[in-house]
Amino acid sequence: MMRTLVASAIALALFGCGEKSQSQADARDAGDQPPYTGAHDPFVVKGWTPGNKGEWNKQMHERAQSQNEYVKIN
Amino acid sequence: MARMKFICDAERCIECNGCVTACKNEHEVPWGVNRRRVVTVNDGLVGQEKSISVACMHCSDAPCMAVCPVDCFYRTDEGVVLHDKDICIGCGYCSYACPFGAPQFPSNGAFGLRGKMDKCTFCAGGPEENGSKAEFDKYGRNRLAEGKLPACAEMCSTKALLGGDGDTVADIFRSRVLRRGKGSEVWGWGTAYGNLPNPKPIPAPEKKS
Repeated sequence: MMRTLVASAIALALFGCGEKSQSQADARDAGDQPPYTGAHDPFVVKGWTPGNKGEWNKQMHERAQSQNEYVKIN
Repeated sequence: MARMKFICDAERCIECNGCVTACKNEHEVPWGVNRRRVVTVNDGLVGQEKSISVACMHCSDAPCMAVCPVDCFYRTDEGVVLHDKDICIGCGYCSYACPFGAPQFPSNGAFGLRGKMDKCTFCAGGPEENGSKAEFDKYGRNRLAEGKLPACAEMCSTKALLGGDGDTVADIFRSRVLRRGKGSEVWGWGTAYGNLPNPKPIPAPEKKS
């Protein structure tokens, strides 16, 4: 009886120390459209095809490099 | 794809407020709401002034998400923390929980009525159709869906503010630090709290046998 109580107390204490998962896979689905599907407005830049996730990732990477002036000047 | 992140280089920020202006213009943010702002420490002290541009940092374990009583926050696959204004009740708990002061509340009533929360969306809009008028009216422009990065970072004249994939912006920042000839101390304890007057290690006391 005592052992069960102690084991339950330990299990409860350990449960309290647990951490909520921060994995991106746990992101709540709020019905939001992913950005790689493209925007329905005339401001979508050229160079990638809306709906193609790989191209969107590449576009994001290339766009980010415009912030790296060492790439521009060297 | 890693997580989308901002990083602001305090060595480069010149407090021009270009990021603040770019954000307000891009999203047509109303008066009284500042999704982004520039914070300056040691203002007026020559050589000691440092500025940093602050907005929602899109935390990996966001405290705003944890305290929201109506669970209006969600995180996208790109790691952007967004919220649903149709669910938000404007209670302000997120404002108390956020260490960066990111949540903003428009006061649009005659008696200081607090409206629904508004914050930086990493230019990723919200839970409406990408690029739609409804999305723009509620959350501003969805630049990520347009194949662009946040306006604040792209408009930054000194490129102090970097935005984008965490790995990519970290690489850009790392290359800068190497060029400057500084090492890890640029973002370390010394930068944050000042170097110790006597950095020599204290010898450990001898063990008594």
